[in-house]
Amino acid sequence: MKEIVIISGKGGTGKTSITASLAKVAHEEVVAADCDVDAADMHLLLQPDFANSEDFYSGVIAQINQAKCIKCGKCKDVCRFDAISIVDKQYVVSQLDCEGCGYCAQICPRDAITTPQQNVGNFYISSTRLNMPLVHARLGIGAENSGKLVAKVKNEAKALAEKRKIPYLLVDGPPGIGCPVISSLSGADFVVFVTEPTISGLHDLERVYELTAQFKLLAGCIINKADLNKEKTAQIKKFIRKHNIYELDQINYDEKFSEAVTNGYTAAEINKEYERNFKHLWEKIKEIVLEDK
Amino acid sequence: MKIAIASGKGGTGKTTLATNLAALIAEQQPVTLIDLDVEEPNSGLFFQGKLMEEIPVHKMVPNWEKKKCTFCGICQKVCNFNAVIQLPTQVLVFSKLCHSCYACSELCSTNALPMKPEKIGKTSKFQTGNITFIESSLDIGQEMAVPVIAHTNKILENEYNDKFIIIDAPPGTSCPVIESVKDVDFVILVAEPTPFGVHDLKLAVETMRELKKEFVVVINRFGLGDGKILDYCEQESIEILAKIPNSRAAAECYSYGKLMYKYLPEIKHEINKIAKYIWQHLGDRK
Repeated sequence: MKEIVIISGKGGTGKTSITASLAKVAHEEVVAADCDVDAADMHLLLQPDFANSEDFYSGVIAQINQAKCIKCGKCKDVCRFDAISIVDKQYVVSQLDCEGCGYCAQICPRDAITTPQQNVGNFYISSTRLNMPLVHARLGIGAENSGKLVAKVKNEAKALAEKRKIPYLLVDGPPGIGCPVISSLSGADFVVFVTEPTISGLHDLERVYELTAQFKLLAGCIINKADLNKEKTAQIKKFIRKHNIYELDQINYDEKFSEAVTNGYTAAEINKEYERNFKHLWEKIKEIVLEDK
Repeated sequence: MKIAIASGKGGTGKTTLATNLAALIAEQQPVTLIDLDVEEPNSGLFFQGKLMEEIPVHKMVPNWEKKKCTFCGICQKVCNFNAVIQLPTQVLVFSKLCHSCYACSELCSTNALPMKPEKIGKTSKFQTGNITFIESSLDIGQEMAVPVIAHTNKILENEYNDKFIIIDAPPGTSCPVIESVKDVDFVILVAEPTPFGVHDLKLAVETMRELKKEFVVVINRFGLGDGKILDYCEQESIEILAKIPNSRAAAECYSYGKLMYKYLPEIKHEINKIAKYIWQHLGDRK
């Protein structure tokens, strides 16, 4: 099984639309995974049935048992996150500020502090209208996106692909370069950057490329809205060639793209031409992934 | 007065709004613009300011000192993040996993894990006319954005407390966003009128309500998609402050790093509405 991860650095470049379009043309060959658990959108295009749902627990938060507390204040003293304060003469933990390090519970002389596991969200294994399974998740509001839920989504998707003997895993990654992105890259066989010819698009592509280069990952690039700024598109191409990134495709600015999303279908379903182009792109990606040893 | 510009979904126009709004306000008064999208900071691409100061951002991590270690195992036991692992002949510290809680260091009876700073990013200060621009960025390969944001917040609190501040926040709904908006007076949520946009706006609204933050909505690329975003805001009694029209010309302006309000009067008209709302708010608060 080969794993293809689609990321962009910058948000809103068209990652999800393009991933869903690739999933549409690849259908029986892929398990799709939405690893942008912070703002997951792929389900809006693939319409999963949410058939299997499970709670996901990760990390802890401190809780003070007021009956046992002797108000010595040691917990507040050691907390580096200012998560413990005195309210109405009682020591209380701010859920949003607590990092879950458990230091307070360690030093409490009366064992008045417990650290229960936190339910940080749900993950789902679904069937979709396009005949491929989708593994996706929803992070709880304000929960920590430590990358653990991302890892869970990927592991479940991998297990599913192996069980059903599906050859490819297609991952819609999160924006940025931090923990969730690093988590979505672990184990990738091929990374696809979706960028746009804007000053920010290029800047963010450079940063995210530097990250994937640290992991020595094979990479390709799709330039979305390529005709918006020909000068920037040329600069991006220059950057791609310099770093031996595969030039996969360029897609022109087209309001049909957002119309498709508005009506709940993928760009590959706009017309025959788009379908043909995405099929061609998918074949190209497979060729690169299979050639790589 | 501190305002954050945020969104659930990425790429909805946070940076566009933050930079255009800051520049428009700066025509009247000094303004401080802060880029807290530390993973991919972009506001600085729209200003050619003079670099005044660059401050490294560190986080504190334990450093193992073999000579003092008795291999008692406490450090590994107390670390909730698997950042300290004790092997038969050494203790390994995985600094990227460390949350700087100090538990291992302070609970070590022989002081074999003193805390030392490790660089994870930097904060740069620029000046251009009436605009003070502060950008924080996470070093590539570092995982945790929150300590860099928290460090910048400290600088704001200590040096810029009396200033008029606009924050360009990171996308999403999890900890980096919360750290970015927790001290602000109100939040402007930028949303697109597409199904993705509406879905992620709902998440952002839930987050702001959870944080008990006052917020308003600005719709960007108005004209795209359908009217569902208007229905949603009406149902939830959310104020829509402005509707920035969708246009290819605006997208082209952005692509070159140009401030679009200077070229497109219909966009200036909307940005002006937001500025007026803020000035009114400023007046009410003082």
